[in-house]
Amino acid sequence: MMAPLLELEDVSRVYTSGGLLGRRRVRAVDGVSFSVAADGPEIFAIIGESGSGKTTLARMILNIVPPSTGTIRFRGTSLHHGWRRRARLDFMRQVQPILQNPFEAFNPLKRVDRYLFMTARRFASGDPEQRADEALRQVGLSLAEVHRRFPHELSGGQLQRIAIARALISAPALIVADEPVSMVDASLRMSIVNLFSLLRDRLGVSIIYITHDLATAYTISDRIIIMRDGRVVESGAARAVLDNPQHPYSILLKGAVLSADAIA
Amino acid sequence: MSILTVSDLRAYYITRAFGIEREVRAVDDVSLSVARNEIYGLAGESSCGKSTLIKTIAAATRPPLRLMSGSVTFDFAGHRIDMHAATSSDIAAIRWRHLSYIMQGSMSVLNPVRRVRHAFIDFAHRHIARPMPEFLDIVRAHLRRLHLALEVLEAYPHELSGGMRQRVTIALATVCRPDFIIADEPTTALDVVVQKDVLAMIRDIQQEIGSSLLFVTHDLAVHANLCDRLGVMYAGRLVEEGPTADLLRSPRHPYTAHLVTSLPRIGDATPRPSLSGAPPNLADPPSGCRFHPRCPLAMDICRREVPTMQTTGTAHRVACFAAQ
Repeated sequence: MMAPLLELEDVSRVYTSGGLLGRRRVRAVDGVSFSVAADGPEIFAIIGESGSGKTTLARMILNIVPPSTGTIRFRGTSLHHGWRRRARLDFMRQVQPILQNPFEAFNPLKRVDRYLFMTARRFASGDPEQRADEALRQVGLSLAEVHRRFPHELSGGQLQRIAIARALISAPALIVADEPVSMVDASLRMSIVNLFSLLRDRLGVSIIYITHDLATAYTISDRIIIMRDGRVVESGAARAVLDNPQHPYSILLKGAVLSADAIA
Repeated sequence: MSILTVSDLRAYYITRAFGIEREVRAVDDVSLSVARNEIYGLAGESSCGKSTLIKTIAAATRPPLRLMSGSVTFDFAGHRIDMHAATSSDIAAIRWRHLSYIMQGSMSVLNPVRRVRHAFIDFAHRHIARPMPEFLDIVRAHLRRLHLALEVLEAYPHELSGGMRQRVTIALATVCRPDFIIADEPTTALDVVVQKDVLAMIRDIQQEIGSSLLFVTHDLAVHANLCDRLGVMYAGRLVEEGPTADLLRSPRHPYTAHLVTSLPRIGDATPRPSLSGAPPNLADPPSGCRFHPRCPLAMDICRREVPTMQTTGTAHRVACFAAQ
């Protein structure tokens, strides 16, 4: 029996704020469990509104914040905040993030290709330029197009593709994408999410796709969980859940999606 | 009877550095009109000139943005004003009273270190020339009509959620009961449930006041649920315009057709095609029709000549050789 790629077991995260008096505790994530299998890549969508704990969950999976209780295991080893450099780099090589806002993810004063070369030098063998070019070709760009460019010279959609290419350089097993299309135009959104399903099928990468956009989640994901106030309210096969949601909150969420077919 | 008439508008960004002049043609030859009590939606990708167009309409052109030609005329119940010929005091007099705005970033509209009450006083008190207690009563009555809790007046912006702040900016923009409201991506930063409520609120107040609304967003699903008429911009030009239902059901321009077919839908998981290439650089736009390098129907004439808006059907206009 192979250990799952990623396994969350009753994971919670509590944030406390305030001083000794008037201390406030916020349960950002409350008892979440799920697992992503190691055989057969999939796109696993986490759906929820702002404040539902999606981003906290992503940060815990990326080992940026530790869970307050519960355990997260990657390939059978539980994540540990005090890892030595070697263990941490090995984890980073296998699990890569894609962030929400491509304009904030890249330093405006730094040429974007340097990010690709830095990642290639650290995590991949061979010529960094060649590795960067290969990764860019996976996302429909090439090194010639982005060579020596600054972030402001590229469109949001192109930058987000470069962010995806950067994540691919280390040949990861898992990509955690936190709202990767919410800052991208509706017309470019599909080209980014189509890219995710292509990466799953062609490179065998599993993707945790965090979003509040039910329509794109429906189109590309295999399984979804719907979160509210840190708890999972509904989970299952993506299309089965979204075609026929059971929990009142899921029904509300689906009802709020605007459709171009419902013309005013 | 139209309240806003934009004719042959050209607005370019002109920059000079080290003796090299660069010209970015952000708005090129745009003509449109908005009728009284109408919701006009403006669609298009980022950097297609939507925001430049509304800046020019509101006479908020500051260098390097310059009006090259064309005119913007408002007709507020018999009070006609040419936005680019009027003096700044004339424009100050109509702002907020007749013409107001709802912005995308509610956090940058509201002063983070002052209570929301002060925002209402700063924006609206000079236009509702009443003593302060009476003015605050008007504000409270307005908030009640919008089903907002009166406590928001005493809150600081950071104490309100994103959706609540956006509702406050809508209240702020409508408190003077303006004739014309410009809304620039007001729901883009909100998530689906909040977005639906905010859109309902915008529609209710627009109908109650009877004002016209120019609504800008890149999300066609929002347009479909709100707008009476829709204009689609591509690379600084208006490429198609028509009644919302007609335009979305039978788009004539290949760009609009692409926007409509690329929308993901729940209940339909077939792969969506995505357009190759990127929007053109407006400092050096392609010759002829600006869409031709990405257009599946491009012909010879598209590379040479610029298509003009032609009327097809009753109120549907399109700028495309293949569609004419």
